[in-house]
Amino acid sequence: MLPMNRRRFLATTAALSAAPLFGRPAFAASLTAGFVYVGPRDDYGYNQSHAEGAAAIKDMEGLTIVEEENVAESDAAVKTMESMIQLDGAGLIFPTSFGYYNPFVVDTAKSYEDVQFRHCGGLWTDEDPKNAGSYFGYIGTAQYICGIIAGHMTKTKRLGFVAAKPIPQVLLNINAYTLGAKSVDPEITTQVIFTGDWAMPVKEAEAVNALVDQGADVLTCHVDSPKVFVQTAAGRGAYVTGYHTSQAKLSPEKYLTGAEWHWATVYKMFAEKALAGEELPNFVRGGLAEDFVKISDYGPAVTEEAKKQADAVKAEVMKGGFAVIKGPLKDNKGNEVVAAGTKYPETAIELESMDYLVEGVIGSTS
Amino acid sequence: MNADLGLWAVPIAVLGGMLRVSTPFLFVSLGECVTEKSGRINLGLEGTLVFGAMAGYGGSYLTGNPWAGVLLAGIAGTLFGLLHAALCSLPRVNDIAVGIALMILGSGLAFFFGKPLIQPAAPMLPGLSLGAWSNVPQLRSALEVSPLFLIGVAVAVILLFVFKRTRIGLILRMVGDSADAARAMGYPIVPVRIAATAFGGFMAGVAGAYLSLYYPGSWNEHISSGQGLIAVALVIFARWNPLACLGAALIFGGAGALGPALQSVGVTSGYYLFYAAPYVLTLLILFLTSSPRRALEGAPRELSITK
Repeated sequence: MLPMNRRRFLATTAALSAAPLFGRPAFAASLTAGFVYVGPRDDYGYNQSHAEGAAAIKDMEGLTIVEEENVAESDAAVKTMESMIQLDGAGLIFPTSFGYYNPFVVDTAKSYEDVQFRHCGGLWTDEDPKNAGSYFGYIGTAQYICGIIAGHMTKTKRLGFVAAKPIPQVLLNINAYTLGAKSVDPEITTQVIFTGDWAMPVKEAEAVNALVDQGADVLTCHVDSPKVFVQTAAGRGAYVTGYHTSQAKLSPEKYLTGAEWHWATVYKMFAEKALAGEELPNFVRGGLAEDFVKISDYGPAVTEEAKKQADAVKAEVMKGGFAVIKGPLKDNKGNEVVAAGTKYPETAIELESMDYLVEGVIGSTS
Repeated sequence: MNADLGLWAVPIAVLGGMLRVSTPFLFVSLGECVTEKSGRINLGLEGTLVFGAMAGYGGSYLTGNPWAGVLLAGIAGTLFGLLHAALCSLPRVNDIAVGIALMILGSGLAFFFGKPLIQPAAPMLPGLSLGAWSNVPQLRSALEVSPLFLIGVAVAVILLFVFKRTRIGLILRMVGDSADAARAMGYPIVPVRIAATAFGGFMAGVAGAYLSLYYPGSWNEHISSGQGLIAVALVIFARWNPLACLGAALIFGGAGALGPALQSVGVTSGYYLFYAAPYVLTLLILFLTSSPRRALEGAPRELSITK
């Protein structure tokens, strides 16, 4: 429970006295949706992908958008959400960063039962408040297809991956990328360098230099803002595949393709349902087939052969049930991690506790 | 294509890291060295560095000339230095508190004015190829240095000479070591300190321009990640000696490259420990060179932290 202060007291009494007049805001024909970002919304990365989703729905009839960026994963998130609710009258809030959820979103949702909260990251469970929920996209499969392109384009048979932290989501991306490349040529290896945190521009640049020095000629990353990564890699003459959003503008020649979020689909769905007064789903997920993620347009350097194979796999994925992680699969220490005959399609819960790097990845999780 | 160097890649990467990553540390610590020699400490240089990075990027983007950006960053840094100096010249004002306030002010202003600069690409500073003699591409790329680095090395040598052999250096040291003596000799204390702090601000501004215009060469809000603060600490670590500042900056630059380089040759476990290496090294050197019997060697005696 949140402590009572003057502003909340006034708001509560005002809301109580107005309640008989207006009814529940969820059934109103107009809606204010609030977006909370952890970083700058034009960072060529994760936050920009959400801001693009917000921009895609801002012209919807009856919908008003409020946004706040650079909100830390702390009590600051609660203050931002409360000010969106109390000052802007927001009825639907999207806290977009993983670390906002517990306790900040959960506690705020308990205090404001008339407001809907949908958190990006997929943490909602049945025990959490019913006016909260989560959504997420399966981007690993998109990384698999980027890996296929990378596998065709590498001449040294070495790929480079600049990653922030060895958490399951990042490991899945590294593994999917590697498996995609290995489906082209089993001899290809991916060298991974962990920088230790989500935004470390100098270390990311050093990591790119170290990878290129070791002969990697196609690079990708999983950090919050890939701008420095793309510029440094392209400056060293390596090809890059992007992440989060398209970085093609930064280096049109060297940018091959990328795994992008497409949050517009999710936000449009939520906004339409909320405006129509329908119940919002608590647990939403999707991949390429559901248009939650997408692949950047191919750059001019990508060969016809590469496009052909990537498009064929993409068509396969669109049919549903495609599994990137399937047995027999060994990790890079030689242990069998997926038995022959076992398949984990992108929806499989097992993938969310991934703690290994597959054979062909040079690197370690600790 | 690149030759396979095996373990030789590590020293080459560390060398490259020294030349690429050390420059901001070098400029900030040289500037702060002068400021501290005059008896003031400016902790706000982290904010100045971030603002300099933004001003340099903006200047380069708007004029199309990266050197104009460097100049603008230097001027902005000088203004921050003057602000710190002027505030601290008021009676009963604590320079550390003002420094912390300016650190937050500098970063905040930089984020505010830098908002429209995150997306556009500004012209970058050119590099000098000192490795053209080598046929190893990795070495050639490691020896790609910025003219600013060479200027920084020259400034370190010049400062050492100025401190030891010139009248200006003597006055500066006197003001920093004993305000009473300087007053008795008839030297103006406050103007000397203002000039020294302004110089420190200028250097930090230029260091910021290096971050945004050369390496890593991009403006965003995480560009500094604390380098300005580390550089202020490096001055104490270097015992207020400009050449030692150069050495300390090189160590920190090289150590920063060690983690990624080791991972790239296959030493993959324990990378968090490698990332902590420069800090462990600092603690070790401070421990080994400390003494319970005498004060910090070379410390300006008017400095509030050593008084």
